[in-house]
Formats: sequence, C-alpha cells, structure tokens
Amino acid sequence: MRKYALLILLLSSIPSISQNCDNTLFGTITDLYDGSFLAGATLIVTGSEQTVQTDLDGNFTISNLCNDTYSIQVSHLFCLTKGFTIKVSGNTNKNFKLEHHLEELKQVTVKGKTYSNKSKTILENTISKEELERFSSGTLGDALNSLSGVSSINTGNTVVKPLINGLHSSRVVIMNNGVRMEDQEWGAEHAPNIDINAVGHLTLIKGADALQFSGDAVGGIIVVEAAKVPVKDSLYGKTLFTAATNGRGSSMSSELTKSYQSGLYAAVQGTLKYFGDFEAQEYILSNTGIFERNTSLQVGLNRFNYGIEAYYSLFKNEIGILRASHLGGAQDQIRAIESDRPLIINDFTYQINAPKQDVTHHLSRIKGFKRFDSFGKLSLQYDFQRNKRLEFDIRRGTDKDNASLDLKLDTHTLMLDLDSHLTDAISLKTGLMARYQNNFANPNTGVRRLIPDYDKYDLGIYAIVDYRLNHNLLVEAGGRFDYRYMDVFKFYRTSFWKSRNYEEVFPKIIVEELDNQILTNPQLNFYNASATLGATYDFGEGHKLFFNYSLASRAPNPSELFSEGLHHSASRIELGDLRFNSEIGHKISLTFQRENEKFSFSINPFINAISDFIVIEPTEIQQTVRGNFQVWEYRQTNAKLIGIDFDTSYAFAQNFRFNHQFSLVKGYDRSLDQPLISMPPANTKNEIVYQNLQFNNLRLALQSAYVFRQNEYPNNNFEVFIPETETMETVDLSTPPDAYHLLNFNSSIDFKVTKKSTLTLGLGITNVLNTSYRNYLNRLRYYADDLGRNFLLNLKFNY
Amino acid sequence: MKKVKFLATAILVTVLFVSCSSDDDTPEPVNEEEVITTLTLTLAPNGGGTSITLQTQDLDGDGPDAPIINVSGNLATGVTYNGTLVLLNETVNPPENITEEVEEEDLDHQFFYTLGGGLDVTTAYTNFDSEGNPLGTEFTLTAGEASSGTLTVTLRHEPTKPNTDLADAGGETDIEATFNVTVQ
Repeated sequence: MRKYALLILLLSSIPSISQNCDNTLFGTITDLYDGSFLAGATLIVTGSEQTVQTDLDGNFTISNLCNDTYSIQVSHLFCLTKGFTIKVSGNTNKNFKLEHHLEELKQVTVKGKTYSNKSKTILENTISKEELERFSSGTLGDALNSLSGVSSINTGNTVVKPLINGLHSSRVVIMNNGVRMEDQEWGAEHAPNIDINAVGHLTLIKGADALQFSGDAVGGIIVVEAAKVPVKDSLYGKTLFTAATNGRGSSMSSELTKSYQSGLYAAVQGTLKYFGDFEAQEYILSNTGIFERNTSLQVGLNRFNYGIEAYYSLFKNEIGILRASHLGGAQDQIRAIESDRPLIINDFTYQINAPKQDVTHHLSRIKGFKRFDSFGKLSLQYDFQRNKRLEFDIRRGTDKDNASLDLKLDTHTLMLDLDSHLTDAISLKTGLMARYQNNFANPNTGVRRLIPDYDKYDLGIYAIVDYRLNHNLLVEAGGRFDYRYMDVFKFYRTSFWKSRNYEEVFPKIIVEELDNQILTNPQLNFYNASATLGATYDFGEGHKLFFNYSLASRAPNPSELFSEGLHHSASRIELGDLRFNSEIGHKISLTFQRENEKFSFSINPFINAISDFIVIEPTEIQQTVRGNFQVWEYRQTNAKLIGIDFDTSYAFAQNFRFNHQFSLVKGYDRSLDQPLISMPPANTKNEIVYQNLQFNNLRLALQSAYVFRQNEYPNNNFEVFIPETETMETVDLSTPPDAYHLLNFNSSIDFKVTKKSTLTLGLGITNVLNTSYRNYLNRLRYYADDLGRNFLLNLKFNY
Repeated sequence: MKKVKFLATAILVTVLFVSCSSDDDTPEPVNEEEVITTLTLTLAPNGGGTSITLQTQDLDGDGPDAPIINVSGNLATGVTYNGTLVLLNETVNPPENITEEVEEEDLDHQFFYTLGGGLDVTTAYTNFDSEGNPLGTEFTLTAGEASSGTLTVTLRHEPTKPNTDLADAGGETDIEATFNVTVQ
C-alpha cells in the first residue's frame, strides 16, 4: 500500500513539476523612441540569475519558468538598464521597451544616424568624437562649420562664431554641459568660450524646439556635452597633439578618466594651444596669434535611480586681432580697403600685442537627479559662471597698457526639471528656471562703458509633451514662458540723450546730471512666450519625415539696448535703443531623411519669419575731431529667412564613400524690402573618403569646398572727402568678395601599441592649393586675405 | 518627500537671496582720458601783429554733436607765420593738455598739413622727433598770392617714419580737421 502511495505521489509530482515550471517567456525588446529592435540585449531573471540574450531581431526566449511573478532586469549596451516585474502564467509573451541613451557613452559613432533626444521633431545634427578630434587645434566654430546649414561669422581665423541658418550671436543658444553659456555672446567678435577638446558630444538643433533649454533661440541651439563615463571599473585616457605649419604652433590636450562599478567616476582634462602669427597666401597676418589654456574637472556618482555630478571648467584665451584692422575714421578705412595687402605687415612673432582680447570663463555646475517610480526623473541643477573679458586697443600715454574694455559677467542659475513617462506612449518634460546675472564694467579703463552695469533676473517655466500615436507617428507640443527684469545703471552722453528725445520719453529714469553725462536707471521688464509643435512620421526602412513649428521670443540684449559710442574694432559708431521690445520668430522646418548604410540623405527646407527683428544698419556719417565715422543704428524690422540644407552620403564601392552637402539661405528685411546683411552665401562641400577597417583603420579624405559669391546684400557704402586728393571717395563696405574654392586633405591611420592602447597618426592639409581668398562673413575681409595653406600633423594616443 | 521639501526650500531661499542682492550703489562715471575735443592752431606773424587762430572743438567727443570750426581771420600775402598746435581734452575739468603726451611719444606721432582748393601757402616742420623725423606740433606757414582754399590738419598715430606725405604714412588717424582759409 505504501509503495502504491509513493508511486502515485511520484507520478503526480512529475507532471505537476513539468506543468508548473516549464513555461516560456518570449517576446522582443525594442527601442522606446524609434521602435527599432535591439539585438544583444541581456535579460537576467532575478533569483535564478538565468541569463539570455536577444537575437539579431531583438527576440528572446526564457524557458523553465514557473507560474509565478518574476523580476527581470533588461540591459543593453546603449540603454539604461531597466527592471520589470512580469507575471508568468503558461507560455507568456511580453515585449519590453528600453530607453536609448547613446549620448551617455564615451564613444559616439554616428554613421548617418541621428539620435533625437533633445528634440524629437527636428532632425538633430551631431558631430562624432572622431570628427571633433580633427579640429583639435581649431575652435568649436570650425567644427560646427562642417555641418550643413552652419557657417560662421569670423574675426580673423581664431574668433569663430557659429551662424545657424543665417543667424548668430544672441540668437544662438549654446548649452555647455547643461549650462547655458553666458559669455557676452551678443558681440559678433566674441567667440564661444568653449574648449573643443572638452567636448564629447556635439548636437545642433536648427530651431528653438528644445524648450527645456531656452525659449529665445531664434536661430538654434548648440548642445555641448562632456564625454559620459561608463559604469564599470576602468581607467582610461587620451592625449592629442597637433602641430601646424600655419601659425607655427601646436596644441596639446589630455584627458584621464577613472570609473568604478559602483557608479563613482572622476575625469580631468586639459588643453594648451599656442600659435604665432598666421599666414595668408602671400603675407603674414601680423598680430593674429593665440594662446589658449583650458582645463575641466568632473566628479560624480551615477546610479540607475539617482546620481550627482560636479563639473568645473576654466577657459582662458588670449587672441591677437589683426594689427592692420585697427583704424581711425573713414579716411583710414578707404586706404585699408583699397590696398590689396594689409597696411601693416611685420615679421613673424609669437607675441600678442594690442589690439587683442583676453577672455577668462569659469563654469561650475552641480547637478543631482533621482528617479521616482511614480512620477519620473527629477533633476536639480545649480550653476555659476564668471566671464571676464578684457579688450586692448592701440592707446596713447599712460593708458597704453590699460584695457579699453573690462567686463565681468557673473551668472547664477538654478534649474529644476522633471522628466516623466506618463504612459508607454506619452512622456512629459517640465521644469523651472531662475537666473540672476550681474554685469560689472570696470570704470578704470578710461573709456566709457560699452555695456553698462546691470542686474538681470530671469524666471522660466516650461512643459513639453510627446505622444507616440503608433509605431510610425510621434507628435510633440511644448510651451514656455520667461520673465525678465533688468535693473540698469547707464551713463548717457547728454548730447545723445537730447538728440534721441529721451528726455521726454524717459523723464523718470534720471538719477543724476553731470557735466556732459547723465546717469540713468532704466528698469526693464520683458514677458516672453515660446512654443513648439511638431511631428515625426516613420515610413519604415529608415525613411522619416520631421515637421516642426517653433515660436521663439528673444528679449533685446544689452548691446542692442545700450550701445552708444565708437566701437573700435568695427571703426564705426554704434547706437542702441532703449525702447526695443522682444523679437519674435516663427520657424517652420521640414526634413525628409533616409538613413541607410549604403545611401543616406536628408533634405531640410525652412522658413523663419521674425517680427521686430533687431538689425544694425548705417544711418549717417558723423563728424568728429578724429574724422568721419559711419553711424550704425539698431532698428527693429520684420525679417524673413528662407533656405534649404541638403546632405547626402553614398558608399559607392567597398571602403569608399562620397559625401555631399549644400546649404542655401536667403534673408530679407521685409519693411525696407532689401536683403539682410551678413547672410551666408550658398556653399557646397563634396568629399571622397576611403576608409579601410581591416588595414589599420586607414582613412583618406579629400574635400572640396566651394563658396559662392553673395549676390544679395544691402548697399551700405558711403562717401567721404579725402583732403589729399580733394575728392569724394566711396567707402565700399558692402561689395562681397568673389566666390572661392578650397581643397582639403585629411588622413589617419591607427596602430595598436599595446593591448589597451592605440596610436592614431594623422596628416592633414587645409587649403591644399594655397588659394588666396576672402570670406564675406569674415569681419576682417576688408583688410587681409584669409588663411593660406596649412599642414597639420596629428598624434592621438588612446590608453 | 523630504527631498522635495528640501528642494522647494532651496529654490525659495535662492529666489529670495537673488531678489535681495541688488545694491543701491550707483556706478562712478568714466571720464574719457584720451579724447581730443579741441585742436587750436595759432599762427603768429613773424614780424609781430595779431595772431590768427584756427580751432575745431567737439565737446561731446564721438557723440552726435558735430565739431564747431572757427577761423579768426585771413592770412596776409607774403607773411610767414610761426605755427603752434595745442590739443585739449575738455571733457575733464580742468582740461587736459594732450599735446604734451603727443610730444612725449614723438616717435609714434606726426602731424600733416594738407592744402586744397588752390590755397597758395607753404608749410615747413620746425620740430622733430628724437630720430630727426618731423613731428609737427610746431611749424611755419608762409602765405603766397591772394587765394582761398582748405588747410587740413591730420594727426597720425604710429605712422611709418620717415615718409613723404600722408599717402605713404600709414598709421591711424587720431585727428582730421579741415579749415577754410583765405590769403589776402
């Protein structure tokens, strides 16, 4: 009897085991954003530690599961690891979605693929780490210049200011590691204070869509991020060295990163750049050297559920400004423009004399985040920036070595952001921002303040929702409101104050009347609304359509409001206007994109209509003891910019690739019915690249860059009397230079030095044919040619 | 929850701190030290008599007001005048004499006298820099036949020295003033 009982028990127990714990859990793992299948994702069943991986199509199967509830951890190389709780009952199908977080990795290899994280309905352009390294001895502006739709407004070749779809300065917001750069970006001759070697990932958004950063990016947003540190035990570093013949200098940059499995990490980076006078085809560009010293530090703890990071960077740059560009009045301008060589050419030197700029930018940031299961990821960030700008002019007497401009701009910002997934299909980003800024203009310069002392307060609030309607369609909508209050102390010249009739318009702001100046205390309020609406449609097989409308509102900057006097570097008198209100841009952009290894392209037409667009233009000639000067006054008008950017890449044979870019933008002043000044001329780039991964990753690239002549420009020429010849002569400031063609060559090859370290050797030649040319967007084009041929030797050591 | 409270407090404190931090100190005015507002050319006749002054005065520097130009009288034919030049910055009180600075930095400066419109006079430098090249804060002017035209005074900063005239002098213009002059 006992035997029977045992047998029955045994018999019944076997099927019961197989029935209860022989279930299979199967399904797919996809990318939350673009729905693509993730191959090689790892699933770990908590408890049993059973591990499986997805196949090439993102499918997985976990067998031998009981009817029970399991915790499964899903991880993927490019994603945040995520935990799921699954109830298994019989054979169960469950699909998981993971959030792609490619930008959190150190190595970003973008091959015709863009990851839309900051904005979902505008095609983002990114520059890969390898591409950035080729610009190691150049500037951030040079690197951005390699993207379609981006050009730059230059002062010589070391002050390079990005211009996005025809707009620059205050209309382009630069986010440096989550911090909005406040570095007196209003000036066309003020380049972004960012070390290109500290950039791990560079994203460009050609619009004001990314409302989490700002609502006033009428032109666009540049997002700069440091290389992200992986969560694992490792120590690695990199040293980059570049030597160049033009400028006879070199740059060196090193970084070292230590990380731990626990999520702790620290990284340190530094750059030194030293160049003497650069050279055009035929002559030395005297006083154009550069001496740059930068460092950055990063420490943090990165866990799945929480993290904290501290970041500090110091940027210090001394830049010589072409000696021949420092002029007196109109009669000097005529001499300089009519001469086909700069009027001052000295022997080569490393010394940087006046006129020069000396800029120091400190940026520090502390940021923490915590993920709450119930409502998402909450981040809090505080940052502090100090920008100290000194500009030296050619001066006389005791002021010879004294700066003519000495500004200190301090900015404190506090930001609170919440990033939440309301459902699998709907996510919401909201946040608050408070900012305080103080500008101090040192009166010891002996030159009247270009930018007055002010306190500025900003408050912002935003919300962005995106909704994935189905596998193909995603819609996005957002809104933002910003309030700005400015408390300013400004000295006006009594004569200017009266000529503008400010006496009657602003009778209450006078604080004190001095001999020939009036101290005023303008208090300004700006209320700015901005919004975005967009959609992305995925046709499958890599074809996508992006549509975006964005409304951006930008308050006038201090230079537009308060300029009043001679701007030496432009040898013109510039006048701002206290009565300005915010300019408002409406931009519609459409992008059709095909992503494919073999043949990819994107085509991006846009239209940007800006009301109350602030433009500076010449109004009259003013006589002074120093001669005649042209007066440029800021004015508000309605502007319209229309353009198209086109990119394509075709792998026409094994290891060979052809890249093509074309950008066109047309800008008009609608009120005066004339073209806008400083619009980039149409340009096209064509490049053939040979790259062989099997043969030491040998890469050879030959690029042709053709810039058309700008045929649409406003006529700002004026006439001036020349006593020597007793004639009236035209000062030709308007006529753009001719079209030009440049040929550039670039090559690199990798050598494995040890198991863990690689040496990359590169040789580049820019302006191979040593073409002499002038660029319409270079503010010094009146006085000198642009750079001649340059040989660059790059060494990169990864360890 | 504690964290949220902490965050809220932190924001509030910052906003308060920020809104209270403005101070009432008004900035001090900047008086431009290098501005040249006034150029006075005094022409004293060699044999004695009343001096003639040519003056340009622009009290607001590069402000909107135009310079006021004044010529006290006409030159007499055949007379040689000893010319002296004074530069003032009248935006400061008392006015600063800039001529002294120019004379101290004589190697970096030179005045030029340019004639126009058929004015029959000749000029000659009477003071020179430490290397023997013309400076021109002192000069002689000899009036010829009865005529009228313009006399332009130009000060170049950091010119090429020696030079033949304005055309090859280079440098940048610190002053340019044109006077209508008559010889009778």
